Amino acid sequence: MNSEQSILDDVVGSEYKYGFTTDIEQELLPPGLNEDVVRFISAKKEEPEWMLEWRLKAFRHWQTMQEPAWPNVSYPKIDFQDIIYWAAPKKKEGPASLDEVDPELLATFEKLGIPLEEQKVLAGVAVDVVLDSVSVKTTFQDKLKELGIIFCPISEALRDHPELVRQYIGSVVPPSDNFYAALNSAVFSDGSFVYIPKGVRCPIELSTYFRINARNTGQFERTLIVADAGSYVSYLEGCTAPQRDENQLHAAVVELVAHERAEIKYSTVQNWFPGDKDGNGGIYNFVTKRGVCEGAHSKISWTQVETGSAITWKYPSVVLKGDHSIGEFYSVAVTNNKQQADTGTKMLHVGKHTRSRIVSKGISAGVSQNSYRGLVKVLKVAEGARNFSQCDSLLIGDACGAHTFPYLEIANATATVEHEATTSKIGEDILFYCNQRGIDTESAVALIVNGYAREVLNQLPMEFAVEAQKLLAISLEGSVG
Amino acid sequence: MTPILSIQQLTAGIEEREILKGIDLVVNPGEVHAIMGPNGSGKSTLASVLAGREDYTVTGGSVTFMGKDLLEMAPEERAREGMFLAFQYPIEIPGVSTANFIKTAVGELRKHRGLDPLEPAAFLALMREKMKLVEMDSSFLNRSLNEGFSGGEKKRNEIFQMAMLEPTLAVLDETDSGLDIDALRIVAHGVNALRSPTNATVVITHYQRLLDYIVPDVVHVLWNGRIVRSGDKSLALELEKRGYDWIKNEAAVEA
Repeated sequence: MNSEQSILDDVVGSEYKYGFTTDIEQELLPPGLNEDVVRFISAKKEEPEWMLEWRLKAFRHWQTMQEPAWPNVSYPKIDFQDIIYWAAPKKKEGPASLDEVDPELLATFEKLGIPLEEQKVLAGVAVDVVLDSVSVKTTFQDKLKELGIIFCPISEALRDHPELVRQYIGSVVPPSDNFYAALNSAVFSDGSFVYIPKGVRCPIELSTYFRINARNTGQFERTLIVADAGSYVSYLEGCTAPQRDENQLHAAVVELVAHERAEIKYSTVQNWFPGDKDGNGGIYNFVTKRGVCEGAHSKISWTQVETGSAITWKYPSVVLKGDHSIGEFYSVAVTNNKQQADTGTKMLHVGKHTRSRIVSKGISAGVSQNSYRGLVKVLKVAEGARNFSQCDSLLIGDACGAHTFPYLEIANATATVEHEATTSKIGEDILFYCNQRGIDTESAVALIVNGYAREVLNQLPMEFAVEAQKLLAISLEGSVG
Repeated sequence: MTPILSIQQLTAGIEEREILKGIDLVVNPGEVHAIMGPNGSGKSTLASVLAGREDYTVTGGSVTFMGKDLLEMAPEERAREGMFLAFQYPIEIPGVSTANFIKTAVGELRKHRGLDPLEPAAFLALMREKMKLVEMDSSFLNRSLNEGFSGGEKKRNEIFQMAMLEPTLAVLDETDSGLDIDALRIVAHGVNALRSPTNATVVITHYQRLLDYIVPDVVHVLWNGRIVRSGDKSLALELEKRGYDWIKNEAAVEA
C-alpha cells in the first residue's frame, strides 16, 4: 500500500521531459499582426511578388473570418494581436555546414535526441529541423538530389522551385478554407517542401522536427508534399515545445498531393507541451492537414500519435478524386490532466471504387476531454465506394470524458460503409487483476494502452513506433491514483 | 516446519461493515486446505484480503506469508513473493494477448528474483507445455486475455497462469463455479499436477463436488466471518449430506 502510494507520487511528480528552453539570440518582431507584418515576413524570406500577393489576399480574407466555435473544446479567447509572428535564430550568413551552426542550437537538438550527423544516415532518416520560424538545417539533400527528390525548407523551394510551389500551394487547402488555414497562409514562416519525381521510391524516411522555442510566439509552418505518378514517400514529423506558463498557438497547414499510382505515408508524433497538471500553459494545436488522391490508384495514409498540446484541433483528411484511390487514417490521441482534443478525419469519396479506412483510438485520463469527429462523404458520382471506420475509446479513471461524433453523408446507393465503435475502461478491477499477477499499476497501464493502440502503432516506421510506445506510457504516468 | 501461511485473529471488512471476525488458519508446505461455507460467510473476502484488494480494510490480526508480514506488501509484491489468486470472475483485457500478458507477469516475477527474462523460444515452448496441462489450444495465446473466452476457458486460463507462475501459495476462489463436469475435471487435473511438497493450495468452494477431484488435507467451515469447524475430508462429505444449517445452528448455540 505505502510503497504503491510512493510510486504513484513519484510518477505524478514526473514532468514534461522536453520542457527546456534554448538560450539563443533571437530576432523577434513585436507582437501584433497587420499587412506590414505579412510584408516583413515575405521580405525576410526574399519571396517572389506573387507569394506576397497570395499572403496578403489570405490575410485580408482572414480578417473577415470568425474563429470556429463548433469543436468540443473550451479556452479563453485568443488575442491575435498579442502573438509574435516572426522569431528566428539570429545568424550572420546562412550556415553552409554544421560547424557554423550555433553550438547552443546543436545542443538543443542533442537534448531532443536528433543528432544531425552521420548516425541519421545509418538510421535512414533525413531531417528538416524547424526551430520556431526558420528551417535550420536539412540533411542529406545531396543524396536525395541524385534521385531528383526535392526535400527542403519551403522558403528555399520558393526561391529554387517557384513554379512547383506556385502550382501546388493552396491547391489542397485554399487560404479561405478555414480561419486558421487563412491565418497560416498569411504568416507562415517556414515548413517543408517535398517533391518526389515520377516513378521514384524515396529510399529513406523523410522527417521534420518542429520545436517552439521563443516565448509568446506562434508557430505557423506549412508543409507541401507532392508525389508524382508512381512514386512513394514516407514522411514523419515530430513536435516538442518548451514548458511555458502561457499558451502558445500552433496553426500549421499540411498539403499532400498524390498523382496516379503514387503513395504518401504521413506520420506524426505530436508531443507539444500539454500544460501542467492544473491546466496552465500548453500549446493550442490548431492544424489543417489534407491530402488529395489526384490520380487513379493513388494512396494517402495518415498516422498520428497525439499525446501533447493543451488543445488539439485537427482532422487529417483525404479527398479521393482518382478512381480506385485509397485514403487511410490511423490515430491514437491521448489526453491526460486537463488536456482537450477534438480530432478525427474527413474522407471525401469522389472517384469510382475509392476506399477509405479509419481507425481511431482515443485514450482519456485525468479530467481530460477527448472527442473523435469524423466525416465520411460519398458523392453521387462515386460508384462503388467503400469505407470502414473503427472508433474506440479507452477511459482511465472516472473523471475524464470520451465523445464520438461520426458523420455520414452518402449520396450513392452503391457505397458500402461500416462503422464500429467500442468504449472500454481501465478500472480498478483490471488493475487489481494485473497487480495480482505481479504487474504494478504503471506497467499495467502501459501494457493495456500499448495493446489497445497497437493497430495504429504498427503503421509507424519501426524506429518511431518504439519511441511512440514510450511516449504513450510517459503521457499517462500518474493517470491512475 | 515453517508454515507457508499463518493467519491470526484476522478481522477485516468493507467500509463500516466487519466481514471477517477473527480468522485463524495455518497452512503448511504440501497441504491442500478447503474453505467451505454458505454464501455471505466471508470466503471471497478472505481471498481478496489475502491478495490485497484495496476495497477491504484490515482492522486487526496478522498474516504471515513465508515468514514475512503479508499485510505490509502491495498486491504486486505479494504476487512476486509467490502468492497467486485464481479469480472467481477473471477479467477481460482487450488488446493484450494472453501470451503478452503472461510474459509480462513472468518477467516481473523473474526480475524480482534477480533472474534474466527467458529466451523467447524457450518461453513459447513453456507456454505451450503449460497450456496442454489444462487442455487449452495454443491459439488462445494470441487472443486478447479472456476476451470472448467461455466461462470454462477463463477458469482454465487462470490455472494456466498459475502453472506459468508456479506460486508457493495458490488461492482458488470458487474456481468450480460455472464449470461443467468436464471442465471441472480438467481444472482439477491442472491443480493436482502443480502440487508439490514445497507449495500449498487453499481451495475456496461452496460445494463438495470439486473436492472429489482436488482432495483436501484439511477442510474448514467458514460461517459469519469465523472458522467454526475444521476437520478432514469427511467433513466436506458431511456438509454435502446435511447442508450448512446444522453448522449454523451449532455456531449459534456456541455463541
